[in-house]
Amino acid sequence: MVESRGVKIALRVATALVLAFLYLPLIILAIYAFNPSRLQAWPPTGFTLRWFAEAASNPGVTQALVNSLIVATLATAIALVLGTLAALGVQRYAFFGRQTISFFLVLPIALPGVVTGIALRTSFVTFGVDFGLLTIVIGHATFCVVIAYNNVVARLRRLPRSPEEASADLGADAFTTFRRVTLPGMGTALLSGGLLAYALSFDEIIVTNFTAGAGTQTIPMWILAAIQRPTELPVVNVVALVLILLSVVPVYIATRISSSATESRT
Amino acid sequence: MTAAEPPDEPREPAVPGPLHRPGIAHRLSTWLYPRRRIQLGALLAGPLGWLAIAYLGALVILLLNAFWSKDAFTGRVEPFSWTLAAFVSLFENEVYRTVAVRTIAMAAVVTVTDVLLAFPIAYYMARVASPRVRGILVIAVLMPLWAAYLVKVYAWRTILQGNGFMEWALSPFGVEGPGLDEIANAWLVLSYLWLPYMILPIYAGLERIPSSLLEASSDLGGRSGATFRRVILPLVFPALVAGSIFTFSLTLGDYITPDLVADAKFIGNVIYDNSSLGNLPLAAAYSLLPIGIMTIYLLVARRLGAFDSL
Repeated sequence: MVESRGVKIALRVATALVLAFLYLPLIILAIYAFNPSRLQAWPPTGFTLRWFAEAASNPGVTQALVNSLIVATLATAIALVLGTLAALGVQRYAFFGRQTISFFLVLPIALPGVVTGIALRTSFVTFGVDFGLLTIVIGHATFCVVIAYNNVVARLRRLPRSPEEASADLGADAFTTFRRVTLPGMGTALLSGGLLAYALSFDEIIVTNFTAGAGTQTIPMWILAAIQRPTELPVVNVVALVLILLSVVPVYIATRISSSATESRT
Repeated sequence: MTAAEPPDEPREPAVPGPLHRPGIAHRLSTWLYPRRRIQLGALLAGPLGWLAIAYLGALVILLLNAFWSKDAFTGRVEPFSWTLAAFVSLFENEVYRTVAVRTIAMAAVVTVTDVLLAFPIAYYMARVASPRVRGILVIAVLMPLWAAYLVKVYAWRTILQGNGFMEWALSPFGVEGPGLDEIANAWLVLSYLWLPYMILPIYAGLERIPSSLLEASSDLGGRSGATFRRVILPLVFPALVAGSIFTFSLTLGDYITPDLVADAKFIGNVIYDNSSLGNLPLAAAYSLLPIGIMTIYLLVARRLGAFDSL
């Protein structure tokens, strides 16, 4: 179907409007980060960089940042190991209940986060587990495992088996073949899956609220608390701007990975 | 050359070591070779054990908690003291029904809004834009998706609040700003938050439609409208359902956005507030509602072929 001129123009206008809708809030927030006034009124009253210095020296922000980095690193590590094992099992073996297992593996992201959160919280309370960083990590790992699994399983589906067979024919044992053939083949899938898991963990608040104790704060938890304290808003603006800018990194890497994958296919 | 390709130049024999001095790994590998079931068990033991304990186990505990009673004095949940008290208070109190209807209606309205907003841009990306523009647009849609959830909600809070951007933009027309307690705010912000989750599957679905089908339709006399209704729409429908899983499920479980921008209570707020107050049985009983809704939704979505477009 060749779209008529009118349709094309209408589509172009609609696309521009949707993009404006997607970016307007982010741009406004970025402008507020440089606003000298403590009040969040529009338009801003001038230009300043002082809130950046205040954010950098804010003990709540730095502590929350450290917590978030620890949690995201641990959750991603668990996710990559368990996700890869599960993907190898489901993708490379035929067995009874395979469909069921692959359905249950994606359940943690299909069900709302509030369900994961309340389920983990009741379990921790029932078994008397103390809330802290570890309980946050467990909460994040539930959905990070799914992300890693999805990425690796998609790659394994496309990866040809012949190099592995050749490796075995040449006398390599299963572990050597995995290390030197399968693992390099999965490399970019592990990178993008790990990146996605890391970013999701860094960003998570719905589940985290349920699984964090009173004394532990991640970056989103700090933001949520600070939003309700008007004096902290300028610092929140700066943290928000930094987080917006940081989201460029995973997009850039993901795009590089997918474009190099297309190149190697053609 | 990328890592995905097998190393094709034989620089050295692939495995020099193990052939000559069989180590423990090699012997284990040989022993495992004919034992496929043990291999499978070793691979799946970790992840399935994790899933069984940390996820399914937790869901079972949640289900049990819904039927356990609370000690009237200490407020602690007494394991294995069966009662239907939580369900009784859920049914007796009108508020819980209102909240449930409000949340489900919001999830439906947000989903429809996102379909309407996503379709034109996804169509433009898939079928009109040049490959270069298409690449840029995919990145442009991905960026806001990756920006932190709470940052986006907070951005809307600053826009919607009194003296905010919205009030400034509306004041020339003599319209007042919305403030932070309109339910329409939740509709606007939730539609904003989940829009990329709808654009990307629809775009992928549209891109998969071969041009030859559209040419065949017009060769057979189908005008644009007919081709759209009878060829494009049915083919892209599973992708649309796939996107709707995200928009519906994410709205159904959100309790931060309604609180921050609309001062409204959703299903998630009832669950979260009761769990903070220590009323775990009630929170658990109420959370069976989103679980039930999403289970039905997923089963229907699977029938409609949505899982193949994820």
